[in-house]
Amino acid sequence: MAGKIFIALDRLRSTLDKLCSKIDLLAPASSQGNKTGPTAFMPYRSGVVPVLDRQTTLPLKKILLPQAETLLRYEYCKDPQDPLKAALSLDDRSEVRPTLVFGARPCDLKALSTFDRVFTSGPYKDPYYIERRKNTLFATLVCREADGACFCSSVGSGPADMEGSDFRITGIEGGFVVENLTEKAPDLFDSLGEAPTQDQQSEAGRIIEDVSQYRIGTLDLRGNEEAFRKRFEDNEYWQKMAAQCLSCGICTFVCPTCYCFTITDESDNLRGERLRSWDSCMFYHYTLEASGHNPRPTKLNRYRNRVGHKFSYIPEKYDGLLGCSGCGRCIRNCPVSIDIRQAAGQLKENVCDRQ
Amino acid sequence: MTDNKSLNNPYLPDLATVQEVIDETANIRTLRVTLDDKEKMAAFNFRPGQVGQISVFGTGESTFVINSPPTRRDYLQFSVMRVGEITQRIHQLNAGDRIGLRAPLGNGFQYEDMKGRDILFIGGGIGMAPLRTLLLHMIDNRADYGDITAIYGARSPKDLCYTYEFEEWKTGGVNLVLTVDSEFPGWKERVGFVPTILSQEAPSPLNRIAIVCGPPIMIKFVLFGLKELGFEDRQIITTLEKRMKCGIGICGRCNVGSKYVCVDGPVFNYEQIKGMCQEL
Repeated sequence: MAGKIFIALDRLRSTLDKLCSKIDLLAPASSQGNKTGPTAFMPYRSGVVPVLDRQTTLPLKKILLPQAETLLRYEYCKDPQDPLKAALSLDDRSEVRPTLVFGARPCDLKALSTFDRVFTSGPYKDPYYIERRKNTLFATLVCREADGACFCSSVGSGPADMEGSDFRITGIEGGFVVENLTEKAPDLFDSLGEAPTQDQQSEAGRIIEDVSQYRIGTLDLRGNEEAFRKRFEDNEYWQKMAAQCLSCGICTFVCPTCYCFTITDESDNLRGERLRSWDSCMFYHYTLEASGHNPRPTKLNRYRNRVGHKFSYIPEKYDGLLGCSGCGRCIRNCPVSIDIRQAAGQLKENVCDRQ
Repeated sequence: MTDNKSLNNPYLPDLATVQEVIDETANIRTLRVTLDDKEKMAAFNFRPGQVGQISVFGTGESTFVINSPPTRRDYLQFSVMRVGEITQRIHQLNAGDRIGLRAPLGNGFQYEDMKGRDILFIGGGIGMAPLRTLLLHMIDNRADYGDITAIYGARSPKDLCYTYEFEEWKTGGVNLVLTVDSEFPGWKERVGFVPTILSQEAPSPLNRIAIVCGPPIMIKFVLFGLKELGFEDRQIITTLEKRMKCGIGICGRCNVGSKYVCVDGPVFNYEQIKGMCQEL
């Protein structure tokens, strides 16, 4: 685990150019090809401008849970002798290529710790997720700035949290120090740069120590399971919290821990694919049953479910782990300024008021 | 069949063939299916109350209870009400047609805990399907149980399923109480909604387990009725149905509070779900 290099700022792109010849590389970039505009993790190739100075607009979840992916292919083959009979065959093979994600943020990885539990620790394991996870490495950038929507320290994480990361990237004067943290690909960066000097190493160490101390407010959103259960039937509370909601679903779309999906068949005559695609619990149709019955018919029910899933149901199932990484994307992107810290943060307040 | 299958993919259905189709009512049809893999079919084991995901490729997949009991394993039986896209497609299936099946899924009934006790089944409409599994399982092990009473209601006599085996249920030792919502010419059994019949029958809660399945509105009123009769929360068992996708506790759709109907259920006792009744 010795691997440690320094990448000078002006050599960042040439270093990534070399790296992407060794492994499929994803890096934060703007769809407009420059440093402005919304960003996401995109395939890196020579000429792409990496945008490392801020959190990506879209989370990295699609790398492990594509927005739509094929679960299996099916094919009916008609019997020419008896057109009413058809043979049926299934094929679920898929190919996953080793990938490095360069420039993830600690909140992105915090969200993956939730994904890992959901997809790999239940009574059934998700083979598609497991295959991608096994083949994906993460080089995570120590966060040095927070905006008003960031709240990673309220969910038990922080700007230097490296849980789940394979490499740590620390931005220092004039460049980046990249350190290997795991056994998965310890020498991946070795030939790509010089070892950092003693001064560069101690500067990186100081920065990591500084940001590790950093707390954004005093709110702690952990341990709300009991409070949520008590609040569950307090419709007045949920009415108030969900009053502005437009049920647009952007909070789930940009959320790095929202994983709920749907499964549909797409046919082309006698063959087709079974796909899984992202879905959103904020939509009326999500729980609508064929009979017309809907167990979560109003936005009150749906918003309560979203808060409950993240701050009560997931922690209850997975030893207190939250279904929220504190990245703040839902807050930044909500068109009516709903702030999940309000609904989740006030669960414990005045529960007994109405008795 | 040629199958390019990876091992251990819980999303990948087994191939199965429809052996027989039975029309129960105008909109409910029963399918009897077998797995194409003969060894798998012979080894297929399940608990009464467990469910399966039926795939009609090109339309999709949906969840149905296996309503034949584990004591009768020549085929797996599913009863399907035609209400939506997939059930519409299932209703077009004939004997010999190929489908996909992922089963068994879910927890099933804890019938071991019911041994030596009196049993009360309360079913409404298609809600009788999961109860039929356990009912037949109990008939096949009749000595293990005390009194077995079943209250089964539907809108009209034409909407009752399994009418062709009511005699078998009765001779098997089931006190069968049938009811329909309103008077119909020629109907000699009870008339009234299931919760009303329950309060008229007023079975004693003493050493009894009540197993309830039906439309959500019936379940709500029956729960209320059972509480009035003095049933404890843990004496009331229900089996729930929700819109489902993965069926394996991952996709996040069928939750009632923190419980997933697909893996933590579909069978619950009232104690487990009572704080969450708003989401039934």
